Amino acid sequence: MTWFDRFHYALASLRDSRLRGVLMLLAMGIGVGAVVVLTGLGEGARRYVTNEFASLGTNLVIVLPGRTEATGGVPFSLVGETTRDLTLDDARAIGRHPSVVRVAPLNVGSAALAWRERERDVPVMGSTPEMLAIRHWELAQGKFLPAGDLDQATPVVVLGANVKRELFGGLNPLGEWVRLGDRRFRVIGILASEGRSIGVDVEDVAIIPVSAAAQLFNTASLFRVLVEAADKDAIPRVVEHVLTTIKDRHHGEEDVTVVTQDAVLATFDRILRALTFAVGGIAAISLGVAGILIMNVMLIAVVQRRAEVGLLKALGASPSLIQNLFLLEAGMLSLLGACCGVIVGYLGNGVLRMLYPTFPVAAPWWSVVAAMSVACVTGILFGVLPARRAAQLSPTIALSRR
Amino acid sequence: MIDLSHIDRRYHVGEQWVQALNDVSLHIGAGEYVSIMGPSGSGKSTLLNVLGLLDRPDAGVYKFSERDVTALNDTQQAALRSQKIGFVFQFFHLVARLTAGENVELPLMLAGVPPRERRVRVDAVMNAVGLTDRAHHRPDQLSGGQRQRVAIARAAVTEPALLLADEPTGNLDRAAGVGVMELLENLNAKGITLLIVTHDGELGARARRQIRMMDGRIDSDTGSKT
Repeated sequence: MTWFDRFHYALASLRDSRLRGVLMLLAMGIGVGAVVVLTGLGEGARRYVTNEFASLGTNLVIVLPGRTEATGGVPFSLVGETTRDLTLDDARAIGRHPSVVRVAPLNVGSAALAWRERERDVPVMGSTPEMLAIRHWELAQGKFLPAGDLDQATPVVVLGANVKRELFGGLNPLGEWVRLGDRRFRVIGILASEGRSIGVDVEDVAIIPVSAAAQLFNTASLFRVLVEAADKDAIPRVVEHVLTTIKDRHHGEEDVTVVTQDAVLATFDRILRALTFAVGGIAAISLGVAGILIMNVMLIAVVQRRAEVGLLKALGASPSLIQNLFLLEAGMLSLLGACCGVIVGYLGNGVLRMLYPTFPVAAPWWSVVAAMSVACVTGILFGVLPARRAAQLSPTIALSRR
Repeated sequence: MIDLSHIDRRYHVGEQWVQALNDVSLHIGAGEYVSIMGPSGSGKSTLLNVLGLLDRPDAGVYKFSERDVTALNDTQQAALRSQKIGFVFQFFHLVARLTAGENVELPLMLAGVPPRERRVRVDAVMNAVGLTDRAHHRPDQLSGGQRQRVAIARAAVTEPALLLADEPTGNLDRAAGVGVMELLENLNAKGITLLIVTHDGELGARARRQIRMMDGRIDSDTGSKT
């Protein structure tokens, strides 16, 4: 029997039993669709988080005061641990390295911001002009913090878009004097709204020179120092440089924690990818269930078509040909079901994207390929038993009934 | 053409063994017209199944055209059925979803005959059984006699050496039955070896050689007249 005839014959017998076909299509379709949608969600979560981290800046090394370390065995060290402050001088020293492109010390706090009779609490960030470039922020109006000596507490402030709207409405804020805590600052710029970046809502901050913030909050200690390395390869050198510099300056104590953005990103990437795999795997169980359903339906088909199988044998079909025909049927159903499933999955992802536009739901190509091949393989695998049974049917018994 | 020697076939029915064929030896020459008669349970259908390679004997040797076919595996037997043996059944066994023409085409398709040649041979054989105008009808649109003629066309289309018919008129009225018998006898006249199993004595008497079976044995045989 030529392959064309085999396909034709299997297709014809599928058309003959619509309910059976629809049932199997449904099972496979749901299974594959579930895999596509769930891995799409997982992949969406991964992209969302990595995008957020990437928006923090590129080739970033973040220095935190204090050493977080699991120190076992010496209980009193927990109590007796002292942390030396991370200071502006430390930040300056960190900047003295050929691989360091920019350094931005960061101070944070919260203060009441007032203009005329309007007042609200805002998070305040104290930093330097470098911050703008490191974090890839953009200005909507005016200028960012002026360049100059780090110690110079120029009384100027850059506002987030939301803060500006609430305080000034449609008025032009540039050049206006606002009160921040117990000091007066002149508004010199407004940040463009660019949504959230992890932890801080850029639309809701007030940014002032780092020394001004130190005075405002009455502390010389920095919250973070953000360091931008020249390129990806320079990151380990920069980390090394930061640690030795701090050790030198802090009397031999390596009392800072250095986090590279790459490491954080890679960790999140790994975790979320594993999550996607796991979710996809769980969904793939439904493919196994679909396979079992296919087996059942095919077994029933073998019983129903006993006479036909007997006839084919009497007409000269070999057992392997019979097996082949049934497998072909199961395979075609699975493939068709898988295709339906992919379509359903993509539609589902499309609906999710419409409902949550900020969440980049998209099934990764490997999950679509895997779901389809798993569907076909299970379909055929679970088709083997019924096909075998058909092939081994005794023609005399099959034909003896009407 | 056919040489059976000491064929045994037993079935397990419930807790009892039924001896369907008991030491049957038989020679049938090419081109013979043989009827096998006997009461139900006498083993005539089992004999037909063994002859058609649908059933394997438990003991004995079956030689088809000088070739020991009991030793062949399923695939080889299938190939032999495809080329040399045609079947006609009491209940027609047409595939309901296929048209009459497609049913006739089926054995050629299974044998891997190219479509162009299939069409020519199907047209010829449909013409021979007088159903050219019914080729595109489905079995449920045909009368019983027409269905059996389609089945005969299907059996004849591969031009087999041996045609086995199991109660071919058992489900037909008298007139249709006679038509079917004439068709089968025409095929025999063209050289095909024809074996008909029936319990109808009148039909059986039309055959040149008549074999009567009883309890799995050959009770009487009018013998080969060729």
